Amino acid sequence: MLRIPCPYCGERDRTEFTYGGDARVQRPADTDHIRDKAWDDYLYFRDNPAGEHREYWQHSLGCRQWFTLVRNTVTNEVLKEAAANPGSGP
Amino acid sequence: MKNYSIWSLFRNAFSGHCNWPQALPDVAPQDQYDAVIVGGGGHGLAAAYYLAKNHGVTNIAVLEKSWLGGGNVARNTTIVRSNYFHEARGRLTEQALKLWENLSRELNFNVMFSPRGIINLAHSTAQLDDYARLGNAMTVRGVNAELLTVGQIKQLVPCLDTRPEARFPITGGLMQRRAGTARHDAVAWGYGRAAALRGVDIVQNCEVTGIVRQGGKVIGIDTTRGRIRTPKVGICVAGASSRVSEMAEIRLPLENHLLQACVTEPVKPILNTIVTHGLFNFYISQTDKGELVMGGDIDGYNRYSTFGELPPLEAAIRACLSLFPSFSRLRLMRTWGGVVDMSMDGSPILSKTSLDGFYINAGWCYGGFKATPAVGQVLAQMMATDETPELAAPFVLDRFHSGHIIAEEGKGPKPWLYH
Repeated sequence: MLRIPCPYCGERDRTEFTYGGDARVQRPADTDHIRDKAWDDYLYFRDNPAGEHREYWQHSLGCRQWFTLVRNTVTNEVLKEAAANPGSGP
Repeated sequence: MKNYSIWSLFRNAFSGHCNWPQALPDVAPQDQYDAVIVGGGGHGLAAAYYLAKNHGVTNIAVLEKSWLGGGNVARNTTIVRSNYFHEARGRLTEQALKLWENLSRELNFNVMFSPRGIINLAHSTAQLDDYARLGNAMTVRGVNAELLTVGQIKQLVPCLDTRPEARFPITGGLMQRRAGTARHDAVAWGYGRAAALRGVDIVQNCEVTGIVRQGGKVIGIDTTRGRIRTPKVGICVAGASSRVSEMAEIRLPLENHLLQACVTEPVKPILNTIVTHGLFNFYISQTDKGELVMGGDIDGYNRYSTFGELPPLEAAIRACLSLFPSFSRLRLMRTWGGVVDMSMDGSPILSKTSLDGFYINAGWCYGGFKATPAVGQVLAQMMATDETPELAAPFVLDRFHSGHIIAEEGKGPKPWLYH
């Protein structure tokens, strides 16, 4: 069982959390003037790495906070402690 | 002696079955091919077979990094069906189903296709309405579907808990009788052998390390067994799609996830159709050997490993026992996983690309096995003619820019929520 270190509550079972996907994709800032392609890239296209992956999780059965985590997609090892980042989610 | 028949079986019995010719010769790659297919699974081998058979392109190779049929073609739960709502998905899988029905004869290899039917269970009247809509959509396409009453379901599947006080009471179901199962390894072996007999080189233990390009065109492919010159490369590599496309500087709308399945110990025949749960993503059938084979949801977060966790399996087994309480005493014999390339709209990508001569077949999520014969035909046509066949047109990569996405389930760009 993957154990996820919630920055607010500590380490818990993965089953307490909701996944939120790749956290490295940046929502384009100037949405009034961006080109379609930039928007499509943000919405649909992913690096899908074998290895280090920065991703969103929400402690949905705990404190309900969103945070980001860096995990290895091959070994499931949590590489960096989760960053508490109130108000940020996918 | 190349053809398997009752006579060849008879002849070989005299020599104690010691003199069968090798089904798949071990070949080293040549340095030039008219086309190369990456991935020696069901899709890749089928594409090679149809390239040779339908288009007379026989100077081709299938490159497999490990062993033939070692990937998702041998890891799925063997279900073949065409009960989709969307026309694009429905037409492609229906074309496949028509090919499945005659595949053993076509390949001279028993793929054990068994059209035992699939029942999608409904657990509320609203869900039954939804299945009526799905069944109507299928019927309009000329694909037969039947709504079943609880009584009919009870008759077909006596071991199902159809009591009103069941954990998830059953209100009816939708049946596609022509759906069924096939022996998945045999599909890879059958296509592989049939392709080899037509002169296709099937090269195992040969990993792709680069796509050689010049002026926006493919001119070759680098492998662990040397460089191969070729103007056309088609990829059928499921979980490796993002990596191989990256070699061609193409980024894909895919995420890798891990899907698990399991089988119980073998028991006497008890379930002669495929059953799916209406509230959970759960599907079950009984193999010819008597094992109950079942699966559920993906683990739910990006994963590049075939080693899964217990919670998704537990969820699948909970769903199983809510329908079949009598299975609770069965022992689980084996569990396994596969890396599935989940796409951003839950539908596959079958497409030419911005790189001339580079063709992508990817993003099949859980649904790749059933489509195998049709994908082979369509990809072969695409590679032979360099045009987009009609069946592939909705699945072009460009749909993520044009907005014509095909979301059977409409969950937005969250691949981990699709099935």
